[in-house]
Amino acid sequence: MKKLIIALSCLLIQSSLHAQDIDLFKDMDEQNKKETKDKTDYAAYTFKTTRLTNGHTIENVGKGILDFRINHRFGRVNQGAYNLFGLDNASMRMALDYGITDKLMVGIGRSTFEKQFDGFVKYKLLRQSSGKKHMPISLSYVATGILKTLKDPDPTITKNFTDRLYFAHQLLIARKFNDYTSIQLMPTIVHYNIVPTANDPNDLFSLGIGARQRISKRVNLTGEYYYQFNKLSGYYNSFSVGFDIETGGHVFQLHFTNSTGMTERTFITETTGQWGKGDIHFGFNISRVFTIVKPKEFKEKW
Amino acid sequence: MKKSLFIAAMLISLASFSQKVYSTKSGQISFNASSPIEKIKGINNQADSKMIDKNGQIVFMLLIKSFKFENQLMEDHFNENYMESTKFPKADFKGFITNISSVDFTKDGKYPVTADGTLTLHGVSKKVQPTGVITITNGKISLNSSFKIALKDYNVTGSYIGSKIASDVEINVQCKYE
Repeated sequence: MKKLIIALSCLLIQSSLHAQDIDLFKDMDEQNKKETKDKTDYAAYTFKTTRLTNGHTIENVGKGILDFRINHRFGRVNQGAYNLFGLDNASMRMALDYGITDKLMVGIGRSTFEKQFDGFVKYKLLRQSSGKKHMPISLSYVATGILKTLKDPDPTITKNFTDRLYFAHQLLIARKFNDYTSIQLMPTIVHYNIVPTANDPNDLFSLGIGARQRISKRVNLTGEYYYQFNKLSGYYNSFSVGFDIETGGHVFQLHFTNSTGMTERTFITETTGQWGKGDIHFGFNISRVFTIVKPKEFKEKW
Repeated sequence: MKKSLFIAAMLISLASFSQKVYSTKSGQISFNASSPIEKIKGINNQADSKMIDKNGQIVFMLLIKSFKFENQLMEDHFNENYMESTKFPKADFKGFITNISSVDFTKDGKYPVTADGTLTLHGVSKKVQPTGVITITNGKISLNSSFKIALKDYNVTGSYIGSKIASDVEINVQCKYE
């Protein structure tokens, strides 16, 4: 009798096992559903590249990636046919950016305009995400130092090294609304160690707004505007509009802007051009990336 | 009578216990879409796979975003322009190894296998019959497979496909099961 009970219970266990015979297809579908629920999805590609036109976007270059950038601005289009609408003149910034980690990026640059050297550090503080962890915006911080090495037109004035330094601090607050539209706000402080006149403030506050609108698979329309709350006399707000065009290995940016310089100090606070008067510069940025440190998947031969 | 019933029941339950699920969460699935102009390789080391020894049922699943490339820009284009990974975040395969009975899981050796199943990629599901090899060494089971798919079958489009990017892409699978 005892044995019969054991035998029956064995059969019962066995049949219950049969009833729950594993079906991997169903298993996977359930796992899929569960994962979608507790997954955090980070917004990627809020902007196409690390710059809008002149200023930064919240995008960084990846870890171990070196980005060689050439930014070029021609003269003003209202210079007329004699100067081929500005194409005879040019201002350039050559730069190297590098991603130390996926969140931390550094860069150095040299501009022909006022012979400036610049360096920056950009760090991703928050990343926009949905799903389990919800974060409505991405937030980055950029600190830039600029050294102007152009000699003063008055040879009797001697300037110390620190007199030639300028600093800019920016918070970048961005949101990708969908695959087509992203908007970014940039509260900015530009600090001058030495200002042109005694009445000028050393700290200049401004708020930038930038946007990206995808118009086709490879073309995006971008815009960038900085409103200055206090400004140096004789300067205007910077406004740029352009296209980001993706071609195989790089992103090519074409734009129109009223700024000649490409460092924070020169475009945010020292833009001399006025759109209304036709002081518009045609320009382009070229970026070429090189992999310095390969992702770990590619380290061993496969 | 009672005794034999008891033994039979034990045996049946043992037999159903012997159905084993092999799994991995770190399978490597890579692809090669290189053309004479450009080298395009992506590697994903986080593929999820499960296999049942008894009936040969086998599944794979991976996140498109987890593919790594040597060039970051290539990874961006892969996700945004070709695979549209926000819209179609996952790819999976559901199928059966048709000749699973020829694999002796207790004996070391190399066993050629053929699978019959459905590959879902970029939102499109297609029947595929990939071939591969199951290798058993000291009771450890690994699976290698290599097969080609045509990008147009999965609605993956772009002007570079056929020139810079191969139109037929080779998929390589390397999984070590536990």
